[in-house]
Amino acid sequence: MNDMIQTIERIAGVNPRKCMKCGKCSGACPAYDEMEYHPHQFVDMVETGRIDELMHSKGIYTCLSCFACVERCPRSVEPAKIIEAVRLAVIRQQGQDHLKPEQIPGLLDEDLPQQAITSAFRKYRK
Amino acid sequence: MTFSYFPGCTLKTKAQDLDRWGRAAAKALGFELQELPEWQCCGAVYPLAKDEIATKLSSVRALAASRDLGQELVTLCSACHHVIKRVNGDMQNDKDIQTKVNNYLRLETPYTGQTSVLHYLEVLRDRVGFDEIAKRVKHPLTGRKIGAYYGCLLLRPSKEMGFDDPENPSIIEDFLRALGAEPVVYAMRNEYCGGYVTIENKSYAAKQVDRIMENARACGAQMLVTACPLCLYNLSVNATDGLPVQYFTQLLAEALGVKEEEDA
Repeated sequence: MNDMIQTIERIAGVNPRKCMKCGKCSGACPAYDEMEYHPHQFVDMVETGRIDELMHSKGIYTCLSCFACVERCPRSVEPAKIIEAVRLAVIRQQGQDHLKPEQIPGLLDEDLPQQAITSAFRKYRK
Repeated sequence: MTFSYFPGCTLKTKAQDLDRWGRAAAKALGFELQELPEWQCCGAVYPLAKDEIATKLSSVRALAASRDLGQELVTLCSACHHVIKRVNGDMQNDKDIQTKVNNYLRLETPYTGQTSVLHYLEVLRDRVGFDEIAKRVKHPLTGRKIGAYYGCLLLRPSKEMGFDDPENPSIIEDFLRALGAEPVVYAMRNEYCGGYVTIENKSYAAKQVDRIMENARACGAQMLVTACPLCLYNLSVNATDGLPVQYFTQLLAEALGVKEEEDA
């Protein structure tokens, strides 16, 4: 379990133990209703080693890095980086891509900008 | 004034209006955007992982090319600006990333963040000046009530982007005022649009966009402007009953009289 905490902290480059549980991150999060674990819970669950639960949560694909939590975190814990690290811990495993190229043609419409596809690939697959 | 210019993938395709009118307006205002040769896609999202180098390389290549030309680097797309600006910050401040990137790229002169990265709006504000732009306006947008839609990428994290006040920005409102329009301030202008999540969950983006539109309309906006192709997409395609949305460069070109010249 400690190995996994270290892995997440290494990828994220931030320290969840600095969190003072003020809840500003979740208060600022526009995706709050779409996540079963909210940003402040992500931080707490990484700190206490409940990483497996986070790796199986859909919320890791719902956070889209708008940086509202990063901007408002008074302790520089930067929850978006922790959520990103958990997502990466999943998709860096063989066969765990969340989005596959063969899905793309079915998702396109006439106006969809390339930026959307590029972003989604960067976030959802390795 | 000549700047290196990084258009990015979308400005060559779905967001040609952002690019085309930005270039035309630059010419009218007396500065030149010189497109970097052989630029590569920035990746559209900043790689947050501390242990990733590969995803930062295309930005460093653009930054180094711009440095070698002795020019500042300008972007129009919010996403490109966000990515390149933050990678530049890493190359200035993170020794580990700096060393690994330079070891890999083996540039003639190692890159350590020398290039200054500007968004087009910053060029208008800090290099040309909104007062000067106001003097060049041929067709003031008098009486038009326009809401600025900032979204996320230009503003946050403010410590790294240094673009404007992240909670109460004013650069696009000042820009609109220079064009003779009436800027409409509304609360949701710096919230996110749903971003790329629209690809797999349209209703998620739609819910957010409807909130933005409702708020902007209640404050009296007749249209919105943005600098981001993905914001424009979400705001136009995913809105139930949305206001019209344009790129800020389209309004700039219109007010400067560049559009009619091109059409003539």
